[in-house]
Amino acid sequence: MGKLDRFGGVFLLPLIIAAVAFVLIGAPSSWLTLTIAGLSMGMMIFLMASGLSLVFGLMDVLNFGHSAFVSFGAFIAASVLAYFGGWLTSGNIALNILAFTLALAAAITFGAAAGWFFERVIVKPVYRDHLRQILITMGALIVAEQLILAVWGGSPINVPRPHFLEGTLIIGQSSLEIYRLFAFVLGAVVYAALYILLNRTRMGLLIRAGVENREMVEALGFRIDRIFIVVFMLGSALASLGGAMWAGYETIITPALGAQMMVIVFIVVIIGGLGSIQGTLLGALIVALMQNYVGFLAPKLALASNMLLMMAILLWRPSGLAPAVK
Amino acid sequence: MNRALIVKIIALTVWGLLLFAPFLFQDVRQIEVAARICVFIVLVASYDLLIGYTGIVSFAHVMFFGFGAYGVAISMKHLGAGWGPWFLGLGAGVVVAAVMAVLIGLLSLRVKAIFFAMITLAAASVALVLASQLSSFTGGEDGMTYSVQSVFKPATKILTDAEGKVLQVAGVRMNGKVLLYYFVFAISAGLFWTMLRIVGSPLGTVLKAIRENEARAEGIGYRVVAYRTSVFLIAAVTAALAGGVYATWLKYTGPETTLSFAIMIDILLMVVIGGMGTMWGAVIGATLMVLAQYYLRDLMEVAAGATANIPLLPDLLSPDRWLLWLGLAFILLVYFFPAGIAGTIMEGRRK
Repeated sequence: MGKLDRFGGVFLLPLIIAAVAFVLIGAPSSWLTLTIAGLSMGMMIFLMASGLSLVFGLMDVLNFGHSAFVSFGAFIAASVLAYFGGWLTSGNIALNILAFTLALAAAITFGAAAGWFFERVIVKPVYRDHLRQILITMGALIVAEQLILAVWGGSPINVPRPHFLEGTLIIGQSSLEIYRLFAFVLGAVVYAALYILLNRTRMGLLIRAGVENREMVEALGFRIDRIFIVVFMLGSALASLGGAMWAGYETIITPALGAQMMVIVFIVVIIGGLGSIQGTLLGALIVALMQNYVGFLAPKLALASNMLLMMAILLWRPSGLAPAVK
Repeated sequence: MNRALIVKIIALTVWGLLLFAPFLFQDVRQIEVAARICVFIVLVASYDLLIGYTGIVSFAHVMFFGFGAYGVAISMKHLGAGWGPWFLGLGAGVVVAAVMAVLIGLLSLRVKAIFFAMITLAAASVALVLASQLSSFTGGEDGMTYSVQSVFKPATKILTDAEGKVLQVAGVRMNGKVLLYYFVFAISAGLFWTMLRIVGSPLGTVLKAIRENEARAEGIGYRVVAYRTSVFLIAAVTAALAGGVYATWLKYTGPETTLSFAIMIDILLMVVIGGMGTMWGAVIGATLMVLAQYYLRDLMEVAAGATANIPLLPDLLSPDRWLLWLGLAFILLVYFFPAGIAGTIMEGRRK
């Protein structure tokens, strides 16, 4: 392991998976399509999962209601896009971009506001009590899902995509959807921003210190609960952004979206290890790549593949691949 | 008066009502409710073994329930309606549940409680998706209908009078349906009694010790992982048995009735409402929730009709949204009465 660690250790796993898949698939063009699909999906899942991981790392709070932010983000973005439907089809790139930005902004704003409310009202009274945390956030998830059903109804909703993100790019024989490329770039930008925030700012320093030893940071006179609210809001805003992007990716969304994503998000944070965004990114990429490759190679296995992957990784590393130091 | 006694009296009253349910409530729907309460008492009590007595949070309990139900359903559907296939199906379901429980338990009970919750949630969702996808085997989304043992058919005469007609006792026809109800009742009562014994046994004491202080229990010399795995196994097998019985009662098995996440939420609500860590609370929680499920919707329909002219309110009050209100009630309950009904009565006024 020591030698491998010098070259990146567990962070080589996505590359290894991609290489194995390349051999198994055989056709470079379909491999490229699948890899890009996997990477963009991974980036969207990363957006959804990063908040959950950070919140747990910092405050030992596990939010089972996290996927509610994902669903709300998706549905709000869908509503905003539908409202500006005329702008999307107009062919005017500026209006296109404006409508899309508005949709994402609406999702992010709602996510942050809902995150604040959630933290204050739902989570705060049950700090440091895991059992009640799980129960109460589960209750909140039920309420949130029912609210979505009450507001948007139970039938699937079409999500219009902005014109400038439609279409595919043909490279050689593989076709790459532009929306996926865009999702990948957006995810990468968010990751870079999070990385800079956590590693280059005073705020990030405090967050990382809090993850490692909360009491020490408090003893030094920092109000860690205030930092925590900010992290919570950031995490829920990112989850809503991820949901909004996912809505455009799927183009048809149903209220079951939150429950579906919740399982994937949990698998990702378990694989990646709680508390670190690097781990979350790693877990998201591995899960998404696996899902795409296995879906192509053996569609029947696709369902169980993530579950088996999680079991295998937990056997190998019980606290995930790259957890924050605890 | 001893406060624990009050809880026991309430719970035993419920059992008494259930015992005479076919005579007290002769409506078809009411007997449906009574059977559902019986099965859910067992399901909730077995879940309480995990969450209340050992402090394990599992979201896979409904999966084990489903294994039992699907075992009976698949066997009865493909091998015919007899006692042989019934035992075979139930046995298969129980074995699958036991194997899965041991696997999940050994793999993941060493990790943090929170990991365990997430892993079981993932396992349960995979089981649900599999049941919906393997439609040639499980009937898919639609589920399966099948016929049960002929002795349980409503046309079967269990007791006959002198003329060979179905005997009526207090106006109730002694037919197969009544027998089936008592079959469900007897198994449920037996399983509940077994769990009461487990909780009162030395094993139950060790479980409570693990819940209170894991490190200390380990330090005294109890193998915590082994105990946790075995209680997970007991709970899983009990849930599978309950599932098999419910499948026999309903003569139908599908994802909605035995595997869906909604049932898992029901179980959680029942345990918390009744009171975690009090076996008797399971009786109260299950009864109240099942009654609410059947009758709250009727009430909400009336409320939705009455507020039809006000915007948004009818949407929120429509019977389909009853989970919304239940979810809110659940959150408030966890805040203010974390001990549940039974726990709160037992604690009394001391705060």
